[in-house]
Amino acid sequence: MFQNESETVALTVPRAKRAAATGRTRTSQYRIVNAIVFAVLSLGGIIMIAPLVWTFSTSLKTKEAVFALPPQWIPDPVQWENYIRVWSAGPLASGIVNSLIVSVSVTVVGTISSAIAAFAFAKMRLPFKNVVFLSLLAAIMIPFPTIMIPQFKMFADAGLVDTLWPLILPGLFGNIVMIFFLRQYLDSVPDSIIEAAKLDGAGYLRIFFTLIFPAIRPAVAAQFILWFMAVWNDYLAPIIYLNTPERQTLQLVIASFNATYASQTDYPLIMAASFIALVPVLVVFVVFQKQIIESVALTGAKG
Amino acid sequence: MSTTLRRSRLHRREHLVAAAFIAIPVLGFLIFTAYPLLFSFYASFTKWNGLSDPVFNGLDNYTEMFADPYFWKAMGNTVFMMIGIPIGLVLSLLLALALNRKMRGTTFFRTVYYVPVISSLAAVAILWQWAYNGDFGLINQVLAMFGIDGPNWLQNAETAKPAIVIMAVWKGIGFSMLLYLAALQSVPRHLYEAAAIDGANAVQQFRHITIPMLSPVTFFLVVTSIIGGAQIFIEINIMTPTGGPEFSTASIVWYIWQKAFNYLQMGYATAMSVVLGLLVFVITAIQFQINRRFQFSID
Repeated sequence: MFQNESETVALTVPRAKRAAATGRTRTSQYRIVNAIVFAVLSLGGIIMIAPLVWTFSTSLKTKEAVFALPPQWIPDPVQWENYIRVWSAGPLASGIVNSLIVSVSVTVVGTISSAIAAFAFAKMRLPFKNVVFLSLLAAIMIPFPTIMIPQFKMFADAGLVDTLWPLILPGLFGNIVMIFFLRQYLDSVPDSIIEAAKLDGAGYLRIFFTLIFPAIRPAVAAQFILWFMAVWNDYLAPIIYLNTPERQTLQLVIASFNATYASQTDYPLIMAASFIALVPVLVVFVVFQKQIIESVALTGAKG
Repeated sequence: MSTTLRRSRLHRREHLVAAAFIAIPVLGFLIFTAYPLLFSFYASFTKWNGLSDPVFNGLDNYTEMFADPYFWKAMGNTVFMMIGIPIGLVLSLLLALALNRKMRGTTFFRTVYYVPVISSLAAVAILWQWAYNGDFGLINQVLAMFGIDGPNWLQNAETAKPAIVIMAVWKGIGFSMLLYLAALQSVPRHLYEAAAIDGANAVQQFRHITIPMLSPVTFFLVVTSIIGGAQIFIEINIMTPTGGPEFSTASIVWYIWQKAFNYLQMGYATAMSVVLGLLVFVITAIQFQINRRFQFSID
């Protein structure tokens, strides 16, 4: 905002006058404000990161050092063993495997379902398709807690409670937010290339996989990552369906670590488990930061 | 004649394929959303323990709900914890304004402030529970540096809710910051230029240009935050597994979950879940109305 103002001054006030009266003071003023803003942002940044750093630091402490006063930010001695101990302290490994099974199967199959449906909604002729689309869109309004009890009954009747299926099956049919997003994106793909492919005798599935999918890949990638992180971090559905520790997803496993080891005051172990749960999404975020940020910004602007 | 016939046959083929493509999410919607939703409505009028068949009992669940002090307490707690929404909005707007300046480090800060957003809520709740520990938690140790003797945050009926609000603001601030930043960057510059010619100062430009231009994002954030806030559960379940001291942090979803899966009062729980669904529906409907009116005034 201030930056706009100073540029505005530069554009509208005659050059000589600007240099004499405002130019220099404006720049130095801008610099001073920048320095203050930078300091405040740094302080805020420390607050944002401190709990995560504290987690990592605690995960490397001995049980006793946790209670040291004043607190140690750099553990002494460093207990890397905690990260070895944690694997045998609970079903962490199976938690990771279960979370991977759910997240990968849901997002891979669900993304294809969503993209194909988005293609049909955006580019194919079908009577009443917009009515169907709007009805689907309205379903976003229905909160999961409102339907979770009947859903639980359905899966219980099917004998699927305490398996990963209740977490996987609904996602395979696609994700309405993703369909909405990809449909918007497909507006920028010209109809003519589809017509040309049709004249060449290509079927719709072939058109989808050779023309449409490559064209919308950036949008798919961004939505895919966001969805993956959402499924990976999900907690309410897993806590309803999964009881056996070895069948639980990672989020549940670390929650039960928290419940079990807090009574033994083994905080380093809890923090090590939590940190392990954080690492995969942090890595995904660092790698795909650009896509994630653009996609989020775009979603909000559309909303 | 023959060409129209051929075209209609081609169209019919296209219709069939399109219908098949669309059928996938439609089927998913019917099985996993529409049917459960109808069943929820039905079950909310029954006495049902989830094991035997539901028995119709009319409005009993609803009358019980309105007389249930825990229901109202949980509703009140849920609404109370939403005070984090305006706090978070103001803070994230200030953040976005700061990061919209031309200076070094903005990309780095954007990442730093966004990290809590992508972190798993379960892990974050665990580490904040630990940070709130009365004797050796991070928060009280920081407070001790300023000579303040901090409370035992989560064990105390007065401080438990604010503790959860603080954590929620910390967790969500990066998301709204990002949306505000995107919106700020799309405000046409000539508006500020015109205002400056008219002699508007920075504060006036902010009030009369920036705020109105950001209002669609603000609306989006307010409504999605309220919908999300109405469903707060994970933090509660992990940080205060028993609903907090004197039931002070029990949220409505936590209470529904408790009634359904711990006490097997499925009929009662679905009645509460239907009320929750209706509330979310009303909030969203209001948003659509306001949003429509709003877009007119912008155009």
